[in-house]
Amino acid sequence: MSTLLSVEDLQIRTAARPLVSGISFSIAAGERVGLIGESGSGKSLTALAVLGLLPDTMRVTGSITLDGHPVIGARDRDLVPLRGRSVAAVFQEPMTALDPLMRIGDQVAEVVRRRALRDGTKPGRAEIASRVLALLERVALPEPARIARAFPHEISGGQRQRGAIAMALACRPKLLIADEPTTALDVTTQAEILKLLETVVRDEGMGLLFISHDLPVVATVAERALVMRHGALIEEGPVGTLFGRPSHPYTEGLVAAARAFDAALEFAP
Amino acid sequence: MSDTPVVSAGARPKSSMPWPLMVGGLLVGLHLVIALLSLVWTPYAVGDMVGGRLEGPSFVHWAGTDRLGRDLMTQIMIGSRIALVVGCGAVALGALIGVTIGVLAAFATRTLDDVLAAALDILIAFPTLLLAMLIVASSDGASLWTAILAIGIAGSAIVARLTRILAKRILSMDYITAARISGTASPGIVRIHVLPNIWPTLIVNFALQFGLAVIAEASLSYLGLGAPPPNASWGRLLQEAQASVYTAPFGAIAPGLALVSLVIGLNLFADGLREAADPTRRRSR
Repeated sequence: MSTLLSVEDLQIRTAARPLVSGISFSIAAGERVGLIGESGSGKSLTALAVLGLLPDTMRVTGSITLDGHPVIGARDRDLVPLRGRSVAAVFQEPMTALDPLMRIGDQVAEVVRRRALRDGTKPGRAEIASRVLALLERVALPEPARIARAFPHEISGGQRQRGAIAMALACRPKLLIADEPTTALDVTTQAEILKLLETVVRDEGMGLLFISHDLPVVATVAERALVMRHGALIEEGPVGTLFGRPSHPYTEGLVAAARAFDAALEFAP
Repeated sequence: MSDTPVVSAGARPKSSMPWPLMVGGLLVGLHLVIALLSLVWTPYAVGDMVGGRLEGPSFVHWAGTDRLGRDLMTQIMIGSRIALVVGCGAVALGALIGVTIGVLAAFATRTLDDVLAAALDILIAFPTLLLAMLIVASSDGASLWTAILAIGIAGSAIVARLTRILAKRILSMDYITAARISGTASPGIVRIHVLPNIWPTLIVNFALQFGLAVIAEASLSYLGLGAPPPNASWGRLLQEAQASVYTAPFGAIAPGLALVSLVIGLNLFADGLREAADPTRRRSR
């Protein structure tokens, strides 16, 4: 399989202090990779760096190659065509991930239209509408026609997150970056969204970079995981090996904590 | 590519119009009708001395006459027109400059943003009257245009500062990042997400600015920096009535009432708009 994303010796720093240092990893086409770490460990910064969207107060060095194009050092204008076609993202907070003044259908339609323009086609209004409905159905939204006409505040958090996933799918990206996409949801919804993400990523053959602080969640979705702490990559490997026989004490601690938590739940009256 | 309307912020419930919007709309509408009427009909011709000096209100002269025996109602009607024209012009100019600068500042690099923010603060601290005097002094005399220019530029600083703050807040939202990631370039982000989202707040601000602009126009005319005669501005009527305010107070009261009714109308209208644009209000039904 060809390499979709390769990050080499990534360093991110502000004027005051380093935030991420010496990170290297790669994601092959269609591979699902989890990025684990506590908050403040630099997970999300790494994701933003991959997208070339870090605030300009931060200095980035190293090299990131996304779908054959360099990201670091590229001008924003050159990155615009790369985004969407190569990569799309789903975020943590479904409330702010959608424009509050646009109907869900219009938001998805905007992405569909832009993606079609990239491909050099200009679909008509009816064509776009039917593609939007198909996408909303794809993410298992009930009554897609009604949801398409709804504003974000009129649907539930889980439905909003499905809407956001539909927008990401509309890009038909090669790599989907999911930054804590289930953290703001309740446990049942969380499980559904995870299943949905896994299915669509597998079906479309997309690569997935799944960022989370939640070990069991990563274990469900990813094939391989990276563990970050204090801005550095401390361990990586297939999910089974990593969680079965962790080699770094920190990972060991994480796994033990997750087990202890499960055990506590089982013994709870 | 913009052949489909993407934003559907309209669709407000028509059944329950907030009362300030209605009263404000009526007051402003009244002035608008009078201003339009003054284009085709006034009780008397503008400069004609048609009555005694400093008469009180009567059936012949509804608002009395000034110190030269000219009909005040005629002048107040024309004053409505001047106030609305200058107000509209100034707000439009202020909006154009202000929104442009504000959005640019929100997108700018940190240094440029700091410079722009500081410049705006200075411009806001700079008195409108002083700015108007500068503009009048550097052009060939006071006119409607200098008044619009001065008030518009002064107002643009406030609009720019507000736009910058609002746009920055929108730009920090995840859906902007999502839009960027899906490959929307900055102009698209402004058109599709930023402007529609800051528009409701800006519109309310424009209505308030309109009221301020009307007052500013009256102040400029009062100082002789507004539209010169024969344009009858309320500010100039007030200034002319000042000499005889103790003997013939109605000469000041009448244009004062006109000014106050329009400004109150505009402020009520702004309040009503804010209420009507409040999304939580829409959500509750």
